[in-house]
Amino acid sequence: MDVIWQATLASFSMLMTLDDRLIEVILLSLRVSLTALVIASLIGLPIAACLAFTRFPGRKIILVSFNAMMGLPPVVVGLVVYLLLSRSGPFGVFNLLFTPTAMIIAQVVLVTPIIVSLCRESLESMRREYHDALRSLGATAAQAISVLVWDGRFTLATAHLAGFGRAIAEVGAVMIVGGNIDHVTRVMTTTIALEASKGDLVVALGLGVVLVLLSLTINFLVYGVRSLGEAKVAS
Amino acid sequence: MTGASPLPLRLESVGLSRSGKNVLKDVTTTFAVDPPKTVIIGPNGAGKSLLLQVCHGLISADTGIVDWATPQNARALSRAQAMVFQRPILFRRSAVANLILALKIAGFAKSEWRDRADGALERTGLSRHAATPARSLSFGEQQRLALARALVVEPKVLFLDEPTASLDPAAAHLVESLIDEAATSGVKIIMISHDLNQTRRLADEIIFMHRGRIKERAPADQFFTRPENDLAQAFINGELLWRRRRSIFDGALVDDETCSSEDFNKS
Repeated sequence: MDVIWQATLASFSMLMTLDDRLIEVILLSLRVSLTALVIASLIGLPIAACLAFTRFPGRKIILVSFNAMMGLPPVVVGLVVYLLLSRSGPFGVFNLLFTPTAMIIAQVVLVTPIIVSLCRESLESMRREYHDALRSLGATAAQAISVLVWDGRFTLATAHLAGFGRAIAEVGAVMIVGGNIDHVTRVMTTTIALEASKGDLVVALGLGVVLVLLSLTINFLVYGVRSLGEAKVAS
Repeated sequence: MTGASPLPLRLESVGLSRSGKNVLKDVTTTFAVDPPKTVIIGPNGAGKSLLLQVCHGLISADTGIVDWATPQNARALSRAQAMVFQRPILFRRSAVANLILALKIAGFAKSEWRDRADGALERTGLSRHAATPARSLSFGEQQRLALARALVVEPKVLFLDEPTASLDPAAAHLVESLIDEAATSGVKIIMISHDLNQTRRLADEIIFMHRGRIKERAPADQFFTRPENDLAQAFINGELLWRRRRSIFDGALVDDETCSSEDFNKS
């Protein structure tokens, strides 16, 4: 108990002083996860729109697969990406293993299913509701999509925050493909894992506090976006 | 909007089936500019809503022909008509933004959007709610806004599917007078109603449907004094019984308040 208390105090003082090492790790975490989120969104949103607005054979299977992939174990994703990027793998020539790029790729794989599933659900329910009105007004497909995306922007944003939450908190995938190399691929979660196993609880807990604060902030953002949405559009 | 009316709308042997059941059977009729207000009545499941949706182009008929008089492209045709649904489908935007979106889709010049939208809000008595999120308006206001959105694009034909079904008498009255105004200004009204008193007040002409067929079509006064079809006669006479039955089956649509207020209207 005493250890926890001391570690907590020490971690807060570490946060107050914000040492360079800590900042470096936090910034890399944010860079990797935000980049992964942007890429996952660019991939995921069009897929979500396709699944929401069109009907084709096999759609249900794709839909269920994406839903299932929301819970992919990060370690397994990391392992697969590792195999693909390793020297002997199909993408070995790009020399990406143990770089931040590899970590971004792994997180894109983790985040995309979340974006696809949540955005698809939101767009589809909005479409069901708006369909007759948009048809009646004579909207073209492009106009209809832009209306649905704009009117659904708050739920779409929520989906993105959920995806970011998964990326920033995940440790298994980035550990395997990044290798947790100091100053290169060391992010918050991998540092926590490393310091904890080394027995340096102060640093581990300090970063833990940062991570928790970050995820709290994200949750408040989700909540804020939701209630802003409700106030603005009375959804 | 300038441009010719796309009427008359001609339906020939229109048939439609839903999950193996023929819900519209051999419907052959014509909607002309005159008389201005046609009201479609009939029991639940008669196919009234589906007929309206087929006319408006929301669903396409399985068999038969739906033919507008003036050969126009699909875009001009959809601009010439509008529809108000039983439950208003409003966008998650402010009242005025709902109207502006309709104007934008209909292809009005951007410089006209604001003036036209404000005008429509004023005519429907919603000016002070311009900036209010459409979906936080009261139900009556929402339906008026839906009507404003339908009329703001200056359609030639306005379809209405029980526009006052879930409104209290005052709100229903407001909507009725707006429909009347639209008709006076030259918009052809084709409307479904479940309220025979309302039908008496509004209709110039009545179409009676039963089980997917048009059973009778007659000028309003003639229909109510001497309906030719025996079903239509039973329908008018069995008003109270039918309404009771309806309120049991469609509890969600007709709450107690509406029932009692309709009774109040009658006296």
